[in-house]
Amino acid sequence: MALPVSSETSLSGAPLTYNPDLERLEIELLLEGVFRHYGFDFRAYAYASIRRRLWKRVEGEGLRTVSALQDRILHDPEAMERLLLDLSVNVTAMFRDPSFYQEFRERVVPLLRTYPFIRIWHAGCSTGEEVFSMAILLEEEGLYDRARLYATDINDVVLQRAKQGIFPLDRMQEYTENYIKAGGKLSFSEYYTAKYDGALFSPALTRNIVFSQHNLVTDRSFSEFHVIFCRNVLIYFDKTLQNRVHSLFYDSLVMFGIMALGSKESLKFSQYEPCYEKVSATEKLYRKVH
Amino acid sequence: MQATLGGDDPGQGVGYDLVVVGTSWGGLAALRTLVAGLPETFSMALVLIQHRHKDSDHLLRVLLQERSALEVSEVEDKMPLEHGRIYVAPPDYHTLVEPGHFSLSTEAPVRYSRPSIDVTFSSAADSYGHRTVGIVLTGANADGASGLRQISDRGGMAIIQDPSTAESPTMPAAAVKAVPRARVMPLPELVAYLRDLPAGVPEREGA
Repeated sequence: MALPVSSETSLSGAPLTYNPDLERLEIELLLEGVFRHYGFDFRAYAYASIRRRLWKRVEGEGLRTVSALQDRILHDPEAMERLLLDLSVNVTAMFRDPSFYQEFRERVVPLLRTYPFIRIWHAGCSTGEEVFSMAILLEEEGLYDRARLYATDINDVVLQRAKQGIFPLDRMQEYTENYIKAGGKLSFSEYYTAKYDGALFSPALTRNIVFSQHNLVTDRSFSEFHVIFCRNVLIYFDKTLQNRVHSLFYDSLVMFGIMALGSKESLKFSQYEPCYEKVSATEKLYRKVH
Repeated sequence: MQATLGGDDPGQGVGYDLVVVGTSWGGLAALRTLVAGLPETFSMALVLIQHRHKDSDHLLRVLLQERSALEVSEVEDKMPLEHGRIYVAPPDYHTLVEPGHFSLSTEAPVRYSRPSIDVTFSSAADSYGHRTVGIVLTGANADGASGLRQISDRGGMAIIQDPSTAESPTMPAAAVKAVPRARVMPLPELVAYLRDLPAGVPEREGA
């Protein structure tokens, strides 16, 4: 753990001069500086998590304090790029939580069949694992040709990676298991070609995906959607920012549109609970009803 | 309705508000013993971090609820942290403690573990400081040692299951090495000790 009182420093008996109030001040100043200079607004991110990630970057840069990191970030745009990756990349997997995809097939796909055209937003798509999973699912349900998937992320580097459709080969076994548990109808290996240490996914899968940079914190809605996926993204925001983003999602959904959250996220702790009803008893799938 | 825990405020007197417990191998039996020993009147919030497979379901919560007089919940993002309740960290996420509530994270596993005990302990130390009790029980790796050290360094209480009495001694032994000043005791004494620790002042009705 890259924290100031980690085992490396404290166990060796080095003196501890850790001051939590000072640390918080340093973190607030750095985030303010990043916002004012680069326009990325991490000020309302969940504190405990952003603190961890900042300390990881402090260590990664070979520095000792958050203030030293601030100095480097403000004067070196490449250091900012590295920090942006630390702060915005979320670890994910294809067909993560297979039961979610199974439930999506059972409860949501029948609703989607009633639309002549389907618009889906993957908000915070990171490196694209989830949007590719959804393209496969819709293809197998015969809905992909009338669907458009908008995959957005704050970070252009991960978007470029997502666009390539190449995922690590060593994860294909895990993804295949997930795919089968998620109710996949074919053989998962039909969707990719092994190349060096990467699995290149069929370019046909991206034909209806639009990748685009979008910042949930500062940008506005850009269309109306039938489904919005935002799984394990809002967990990095504090409660106030979560409510603001829920307001953006609410405004961006058609009436009876579907909101999909991560399996340990809940509308229960947001102001928007009364606007939705549950579509599933087990998965975080909600339908806008008011 | 129970009071939500406030953050680390040195002005709020003695006593502990938050207990964080980390365990891996052998943890289920130990946790069942621990929660069975806590009375209905136990007023701290108890957060349990048990290493487990990413696909495990709600069984752990159910097995603990069977034995406990207190309400046991599996943590969801931004769930309020309340006195007199037990929380179980969900599989495949890190559970972070913020003042008054939880935040979850899918950041990479730390030393192969997600949930990582160190991550939860460190955030607990940061949010609740000297009002935190950290407990390391049986387990087969060294997770929790550095987090327990942080709790102790911030004035919190560190307690470790006596490694010679643990089903798997590696985790408590690593914690003892990292926090030599921790209290070390067998599980039954540990439960009794926790039960008798002074709780913070929960702002409950009538309290």
